[in-house]
Amino acid sequence: MFLSLIATAQEQLKGIVLESSTGQSMPLPGANVYWSGSSIGTISQDDGTFLLPYKFSYNQLVISYVGFKTDTITVNENTYIKHVMQTSDELDAVEIKSRNQATRKSYMQAANTFTVTSAELLKAACCNLAESFETNPSIDVNFTDAVSGTKQIKMLGLNSPYILIATENIPTIRGASQAYGLSFIPGTWVESIQITKGTGSVVNGFESIAGQINAELVKPSTDNKLFVNLYGASNERLELNTHFNTKVSNKWSTGLYVHGNTHQEKHDVNDDGFLDMPLYNQINLMNRWQYTNLEKGLVSFINLRYLNDEKQGGQVEFKPDIDRGTTNFWGSEIDTERFEVSTKFGYVNPEIPYQSIGLQTAFSHHKQDSYFGLNVYDIQHNSFYSNLVYNTIISDSRHKVKTGLSFTYDHYDELVNTQNYERTENSVGAFFEYAYDNLDKLTITAGLRVDQHNRLGFFVTPRFHLRYTPWEKSALRFSIGRGKRSANIFAENQNMFSSSRQINILNSGGKVYGLNPEIAWNYGVSYLQGFNLFNRKADVTFDFYRTDFQNQVVVDWENPYEVNFYNLEGDSYANSFQFEFNYNAFEGFDLRTAYKYYDIKTDYNSGMLEKPLIPKHRLFANASYETNLSDKGSQWKFDATYNWVSQQRFPSTELSAAEYQLDDETPTVATLNLQLTKVFSPKFEVYLGGENITNVRQDNPVVSADNPFGSNFDSNFVYGPIYGSMYYAGLRFRIK
Amino acid sequence: MTLLVTTLTFAQNKNAKATIEVDGVCGMCKERIEKAAIRTKGVKSAVWSIDTHELKLIFDERKTDLKTISKKVASVGHDTKEVKATEEQYNTVHPCCRYRDEDVKDDHKPKAEKH
Repeated sequence: MFLSLIATAQEQLKGIVLESSTGQSMPLPGANVYWSGSSIGTISQDDGTFLLPYKFSYNQLVISYVGFKTDTITVNENTYIKHVMQTSDELDAVEIKSRNQATRKSYMQAANTFTVTSAELLKAACCNLAESFETNPSIDVNFTDAVSGTKQIKMLGLNSPYILIATENIPTIRGASQAYGLSFIPGTWVESIQITKGTGSVVNGFESIAGQINAELVKPSTDNKLFVNLYGASNERLELNTHFNTKVSNKWSTGLYVHGNTHQEKHDVNDDGFLDMPLYNQINLMNRWQYTNLEKGLVSFINLRYLNDEKQGGQVEFKPDIDRGTTNFWGSEIDTERFEVSTKFGYVNPEIPYQSIGLQTAFSHHKQDSYFGLNVYDIQHNSFYSNLVYNTIISDSRHKVKTGLSFTYDHYDELVNTQNYERTENSVGAFFEYAYDNLDKLTITAGLRVDQHNRLGFFVTPRFHLRYTPWEKSALRFSIGRGKRSANIFAENQNMFSSSRQINILNSGGKVYGLNPEIAWNYGVSYLQGFNLFNRKADVTFDFYRTDFQNQVVVDWENPYEVNFYNLEGDSYANSFQFEFNYNAFEGFDLRTAYKYYDIKTDYNSGMLEKPLIPKHRLFANASYETNLSDKGSQWKFDATYNWVSQQRFPSTELSAAEYQLDDETPTVATLNLQLTKVFSPKFEVYLGGENITNVRQDNPVVSADNPFGSNFDSNFVYGPIYGSMYYAGLRFRIK
Repeated sequence: MTLLVTTLTFAQNKNAKATIEVDGVCGMCKERIEKAAIRTKGVKSAVWSIDTHELKLIFDERKTDLKTISKKVASVGHDTKEVKATEEQYNTVHPCCRYRDEDVKDDHKPKAEKH
């Protein structure tokens, strides 16, 4: 009360601005008058006078006007200011540019997290979340099989089921949507992505093992009023994205986001009788409502989503209505429908800004009907998720605490050929996370959660992250944590249906398909050092992560006629080492290079083996250059991404007939992508690009393609691009 | 008014809020000012704005007061309305943060003056 009195009884500085271009002093209206280094300013009145708040701590008053020299006056006490402006001969406009890196690494956070901004997302123009990682060295993107055209991501050498993938902190790509879920999030909906290597936080659940990926979506209040993105590629893939955002009232905004993509042209470049990529149609809609009331400290989101996706793959001659369920031709259809409703409610105490409470809920219904040749796979997954988080501090803001409760419910109903699998999973959990920041060299995040799960039992999930800065521009990080999950063996390995392999579950008695839950510990160290090289910014990162499985559901492909699932007996680990070097070599030019080494081994029934189809070595380089932004806001942007992977082990084909046997290892694969963007104005830009422009191809991605109903048929031996080079063009139009 | 003041004096507030002016120029200053404030026993939250030069505080009145906090901030070299940093304290700030120096101030003034 007292203090607000002081605040309102502010001292004012008075003065007048004059000019003398005519030889005598005349009042100069419309001049800018402001305190240097502040946003406090005013404009001189018609009579040249001005009035602005005075503070002792400001003593540089800046007065400027077009055509006059900008003056800075030292003001040591609150007296009347009388200032005469001198005309200037040239008009010099100085612009300050702040360069934002497209991928930002944090020197401060405890977890090894980096943020991929929308600028980075534009580097790979196409098209959904899976593809947006192609310019990122920490994440590998590769095809799962030769039929579905699905891209899968890996982190630390582990498949996406071991990564917690969330949109706005609600785990979304899990369960039934694990296999294709990344292609259900259009790239233009994504505002930024946060990637955490290692176990991550306990706040979002216990499932993450290799890392966490969170995609922040565009928000009605900040996204463009209108956004249109059109994309067309030489393979006749077409995509359309439109966003409409509008303010409904002072506090409410809403956005409608529409995505459609289609590909209806049949391609068979390698002449094996199989489509190189499936035919597909996707309609994807989202409606967001945002409520913001800053005075009361309330923020809320309501999201509604609907998705319909249809894919058709297999032999070129295959006609679904005639050939389905027959051995005329081999074909596959995957139809997915999904609804989602999610809400977010946040309250920040306006009196005490470090206290806040948030509640998130999400409900989704996911239904996939599909067949792969004569294999049928249907899944329905209903899921409910809720998480309540309370943020506060202990004693002062160096000690932050997050605590809360979560509840999840999942119901699965699956049909695998003739066998029905139905199960319910639910869990109640409580978590507590303490974060310490000494505001200098050390940050620690220590979290613990306890969960009661109907199938995984009662268990504790500890996670710990530490960041220490031994010297300038460096960050040394350490993390350790545990994760536990139930493996959705069919949904996660749907690619196995596109083969003649027999599916066997070798254990019984476990709680999920007769198998035990997967449990792993993840440990990591990383070191980031920023420095100047020839006066330009550069940084290097070394990191090493190890994941040790206590139990794993082993997916064993080592017999060409079978795929076997069983509980791990013995060891299974994934070691991942990464070296990264980033350099801003000259203005507008950024270079990012990385080397990665994987050592991933599992005790199979046939002995300890390297995990198949994972390269030991990988090289990555991305170079981007952009010209200076012109006055009108036009600009050129160039982007090139190079990837090289070493040999990968094929699963054993020793038992196959000689003609179907493969080499022990794949050849190495190198690909190059280029993109050129011409920005005409902040409103309009076009881009042109080529993927895999050196036209690298895997010649025989389908084993026994000429006899797809024979016992050796398999589309899972995919290690490289199937289609060859592909060119695309697109445009983006936006109204702020 | 009398009533209010009495309340303030007798029922000391655990989460008292106040805003004080502190002189400084840049992000480094911000870090230094906030650190000094938060490391004062009893201060729970401290946020300084480069633009307005205001330091927003939440503190426990039973443990500290504005004078103590101002002293602490001044001791790392930043002038507050109530307590000024000594020449010696002021000299400990990084050369680019010498907010009393005209050239340094010039360097930090916004350069985007397009008309």
